[in-house]
Amino acid sequence: MEISRHWRLAKQRYALVGEVCPNCEHKIFPPRDICPDCGEEAQDLYQFSGRGEVYSYTQVQQAPTGFEEYAPYTVALIKLEEGPMLTAQLTDMGKRPVSIGMPVEMVTRKLRSDGERGMLIYGYKFRPAIAS
Amino acid sequence: MTNHQHGSGDDVVIIGVGMTPVGEHWDTSIRELALQAIKMARGGLAALIPDAIYVANMLAPALSSQTQLGALISDFAGLRGVETLTIEAAGASGGSAIRQAFMALKSGLAKCVLVIGVEKVTDGVGTDVDSALATSTDADYEAIHGITPTSQAALLMRRYFYENDAPKDALAGFSITAHQNAITNPNAMFRQGMQPVQYLNAPMISAPLNMFDAAPLADGSAALLIARADAVPSGLSAPMVRIIASSLASTTLALHDRPDMLHMSALESSVQQALEMSDLRLEDLDLFELHDQYSILAALALEAAGFAPRGKGWELARNGEISQSGSIPISTFGGSKARGDTGGATGVYQVAEITRQLQGLAGENQVADARYGMAQCIGGVGSTAATHILARIEP
Ligand SMILES: [Zn+2]
Repeated sequence: MEISRHWRLAKQRYALVGEVCPNCEHKIFPPRDICPDCGEEAQDLYQFSGRGEVYSYTQVQQAPTGFEEYAPYTVALIKLEEGPMLTAQLTDMGKRPVSIGMPVEMVTRKLRSDGERGMLIYGYKFRPAIAS
Repeated sequence: MTNHQHGSGDDVVIIGVGMTPVGEHWDTSIRELALQAIKMARGGLAALIPDAIYVANMLAPALSSQTQLGALISDFAGLRGVETLTIEAAGASGGSAIRQAFMALKSGLAKCVLVIGVEKVTDGVGTDVDSALATSTDADYEAIHGITPTSQAALLMRRYFYENDAPKDALAGFSITAHQNAITNPNAMFRQGMQPVQYLNAPMISAPLNMFDAAPLADGSAALLIARADAVPSGLSAPMVRIIASSLASTTLALHDRPDMLHMSALESSVQQALEMSDLRLEDLDLFELHDQYSILAALALEAAGFAPRGKGWELARNGEISQSGSIPISTFGGSKARGDTGGATGVYQVAEITRQLQGLAGENQVADARYGMAQCIGGVGSTAATHILARIEP
């Protein structure tokens, strides 16, 4: 479905490219072109580090269409170290328990498969941070 | 104080109410379901042709492959030719449609408006229903990660428990109260009541959110015939009820874009605007039909309205304040939790139920001497909030 839509979002989804406000330096993800902080135009691209921490999380038992093969899976709100929050799945958890405040880092994974047309959509998920 | 008893011509008055039972209406189509509610609302007033018809619905495009419900339902109800359209704001559709009716009537462009809330969930099955519900989230940045409104409520719930010192079963009272109130509501989906132990043993559907923290989505339709006071026909059989305040507020669609997500800012500002318009204080309200689609949202709605300080909304459920005889009764006919959640029709059910309360026609569910009631329905996990305050018209 909607091939052009997912193509358009590829840069953000694969590489966590957002924006920075030239006026107040507010970092923006997802990109929204108008700074939510000061209301100025903000279209300067900004590369996020991909590091952040878990703000909240839950385990989805009943998956929507296209996600059945992953269920049950854990979705989380991730607070990026640059400030913004985003929604993403956690992955590569192994037996490790999730907790609020847990450091995580971005990886690129398959997000969803559209069975009928065979289209695969890739994008960011987050895994436990490798100690640095 | 207030001068609600001195009516004026542009007062907005509810003159007809209809509600179908909520449940799985396998053998009834969306147009037939809506017609049942319309017939009840127009009962005895069939000669009164509304100037506009607003249909509140959220899932028909996804589950019934149907848009233009306005034209479909108006024609099916024998009201072909009347101005009509669908109003969609996910779970806030119902209150949003009432808001449109309120503005049309106040402006004088319409003298009488028919509002219909209708949802036909059983037109879809399995994961398709979850996908349809997920369309109320941000498709590009939330739904694509496999999120659903249920898991968003669970994210809020986990954070709420993390930030506030609340026991594991802190939210149980919302479910228990709703189920208790539904026992005597013939339109309710669940009428068996429930015990605290059932809450503790309930299976998780999106941990820490369990089966009793979520309302069942079901089919149903409710309708309201609303008119300007100067256009009300004589000889009505039931007492009239006035809508004295109407407001609609919004915040970010995506949950992650809110700077403080446990503070439901749209809910708070819509209540503040409604109180200001009605010239009432919270203490004046005799009941509050809030949107208890998830128990955490009930707690957050009580906090946003100002009935409880931040992090303490659950205590009102714990100590009986939200029960029929408490200080602020909620879900008086079972709410979404036990009456059943009818998606975009929810706000119309709420106002229909408050109308029954203020008319003194609520039977065993009657809140004693109810004069003022507030209804609030929300879209998604608080992106849109529509709030209405209704007043009894003293005889
Ligand atoms: Zn800025």
